[in-house]
Amino acid sequence: MSTSILRINMTDLTYRVEEVPEAYKHLGGRGMTSSIVADEVPPLCHPLGPNNKLVFSPGMLTGTAAPTSARVSAGAKSPLTGGIKESNAGTSWACDLAVMQVKAIVVEGQPKAKGKFWGVNLAWDAAAGKPKVKFFDATEYAGKSLYEVFPKVYERFGNKVTIAGCGVAGEYGYCNAGIAFNDEFRRPSRYSGRGGLGSVMGSKGLKFIVINDDGAPGVQITDKALFNQGCKKMTDALRTHNITKPKGTLNTYGTAALINVLNEAGGLPTRNFSSGRFEGAGSIAGEAVFDGVKQRTGKETYNHACSPGCIIQCSNTWYKPDGTEHTSCLEYESIWAFGADCGIDNLDDVAEMIRLCNAYGLDTMETGTAIAVVMEAGVIKFGDGKGAINLVHEMGKGTPMGRILGGGTALTGKAFGVIHVPTVKGQSMPAYEPRAVKGIGITYATTTMGADHTAGYTIAPEILGVMGKQDPLSPEGKAGLSRAFQATTAFIDSSGHCLFIAFAILDIASGYEGMVEETNGVLGTNWSAADILALGGSILKKERAFNEAAGIGKAADRVPEFMKLEPLPPHNQVFDVPDSALDSVFAEL
Amino acid sequence: MRVHVKLFATLRHFAPSAAIGLPFEIDLAEGAAVADLIHHLSLPAEEAKMVYVNARARPEDWRLEPGDEIGIFPLIGGG
Repeated sequence: MSTSILRINMTDLTYRVEEVPEAYKHLGGRGMTSSIVADEVPPLCHPLGPNNKLVFSPGMLTGTAAPTSARVSAGAKSPLTGGIKESNAGTSWACDLAVMQVKAIVVEGQPKAKGKFWGVNLAWDAAAGKPKVKFFDATEYAGKSLYEVFPKVYERFGNKVTIAGCGVAGEYGYCNAGIAFNDEFRRPSRYSGRGGLGSVMGSKGLKFIVINDDGAPGVQITDKALFNQGCKKMTDALRTHNITKPKGTLNTYGTAALINVLNEAGGLPTRNFSSGRFEGAGSIAGEAVFDGVKQRTGKETYNHACSPGCIIQCSNTWYKPDGTEHTSCLEYESIWAFGADCGIDNLDDVAEMIRLCNAYGLDTMETGTAIAVVMEAGVIKFGDGKGAINLVHEMGKGTPMGRILGGGTALTGKAFGVIHVPTVKGQSMPAYEPRAVKGIGITYATTTMGADHTAGYTIAPEILGVMGKQDPLSPEGKAGLSRAFQATTAFIDSSGHCLFIAFAILDIASGYEGMVEETNGVLGTNWSAADILALGGSILKKERAFNEAAGIGKAADRVPEFMKLEPLPPHNQVFDVPDSALDSVFAEL
Repeated sequence: MRVHVKLFATLRHFAPSAAIGLPFEIDLAEGAAVADLIHHLSLPAEEAKMVYVNARARPEDWRLEPGDEIGIFPLIGGG
C-alpha cells in the first residue's frame, strides 16, 4: 500500500488503514476534506453528534521541498455555521502526516462515556509498511491550559513529535473553538481556528493526535525534474516580490502591517463595525509590534516561519516590558478583533487575549467580535482592555457569560438583543468592512464557509494593488472577481501552499506556472492553469451542494441588514451590491 | 499649500520623527501632484506603491488640495 486514508473510530477506539479510492487519489487539503465530508457526513446531522466526521488532510505538496507548503486542512460540518467547514493551518504536524503518506485522517463516531478524553498516537510501522495507531487515556490533560499540557505531551512522547489538539473550548462544545497545532517552538499557537472544529474534536472525546514520523517513507514524487523546476519558479517568485521576499513587508511587520492600510482606506472595522477608522490604529499596527519588540528586547527582530520550509516567514512574537516572551503570534486578524473592533489600543492587552485564546483553544476572530457585540450591549465599555481580558477568562472557565460568548458572535447578539451583528451564515466577519470594500463583502456573503476573507481575497486588487488595481467602493465586476478568487483559492487550499503565495504568483506569471508544475510533478498529472481553476470550482460545487442539503441556500448569501441600511464613515457608504450579483457568483460558476 | 502626510512601514524613516499613524505637515506648491510629494520627501519611487488621499487610493498624477490627508505605503500583504 502506498498512500492511505486512516479511519479512527472513537465509538470503540479502533482504527483502519484503507487505500485511497480512485476518485480521491489526486485530492489533498481542502479538496480532500470537503469531498469526504460531502460524501460521508449526513448534511442534517448534529455537528457535535456521532454522525459528524472530523477530517484532516495535508495538501498535495505538503511534506515535500515545495516552499511554504506545510498546510493541513481540517474539515467537518461546522457547529458555528451548520454548513461545511474547511479551516487550514501551517504546522510541522501537517508534514509529519504527509510523509507517512496518509492523505486523510477521518475521525468518526463518539464514545458513550462522557467526561473521558482520549489521545491518538500515530507512528510508522516499518515492518508492515503502514501507519499504526495507539490510543491513550488523555483525561488527565482535560480542563487545563494548552500551554500547560503541550509540554506534558512532549515530555511523554518526546520532543520530536508533533501535536494537534483541542482546548477547554472544544471540551465545552463552543462554536468558536479551534484546533491547535504546534509551531516550530512547540507552542500551541497554530490554529485551524474558524467554525468550531475544536468542538467537533472534543465531541468525539479526542483531545490530541500525536504524530511521530520516525521511519516514514516520505511523499512520493512522480516526476522529480518537473517538480524541482516548479519549486524553483515558486521560490524565485516568493524571493522577488516585495510583499513576500526576505525583509519584505510580511517578514518585517507581519500580517498586521495591514492595520494602517485598512485604516487609511477607511475599511478597518471599528467598535463593532460602526466605523471604518480607528484613531488608535497606529498603536496596534505591525509597525508598533516591530518597534515594541525592538524596544523591549534591545534588537531588531524579523519574523519567523510558522512551519518547516516557509520562506515568507511572517510569524512574530510579542514580549513583556521586562523582555520575556508574552505570546506568539500577533496576526492582523487577531490584533484587529481585540484591538480596533473592541476599541482597544493597548498591544499588551491585545497580546494577552491572543495568549488566552491559545491557552483555551479559541478562534481569536470569533472571540473578539463576540466581545465587541457585548461592548455595544453595554456589558463593558469599548476600549476596556482589562474587562475584555476578563471576558476571555469567563470563556475559559465556562461560566454562563463565557458560554454565551463561546457560542459565537451571532448567538451573543441574540442573547443581548444587539442588531449590529456582523455575521454571515453565523460566522463573524474578519477585518475588512464590506461597506468600504465591496468585493470582499461579496466573498463574505457567498462563500460556503460563512464570512471568511481567505475564501476569496479580493483585497489583493481592491486594496493592495496585487493583480492590478480596482476601486474598493465600486461593486462593478466584483461578483466575477470574487468567483475567480474563490475557485483559485479552493485549489491553493488543496495544494498545501499557504495562501500568501498568491501575492507573488498573481503578479509574477512564472510563479503561477511553478505551482502548476510542482503539482503535476508530485501527482503525475498533466494539469493546465485552466484545469486547476476547474478543480477549484468543482470543490466549491461540492461544498455548495452540502450546504444546500443542510438547509443553507442562496437566501443565506447575504450580509446583515444593517450594512444595507446604515452608511459607514468615513466613506458613508452602505453595502450596495445587488442580490442578483451575489446570486451570480455560484449561478455562473 | 499645506498638506498632512503619514508614512508607513519601510517608508517611516523618511518622516521627521512622527509617531506611527500620526501625520506631519508639508508645504507644497499650489497644484502639486502626488508624484511631487513623493519627490519632495525623497521617497524611492519603487517603494512608494500605495498612496491614499483622504481615504481614497490615488495615482501619482492626482492633484493635491490644501488640507489633504495623505498616507503612503510600500507594497503590503497579509490576511
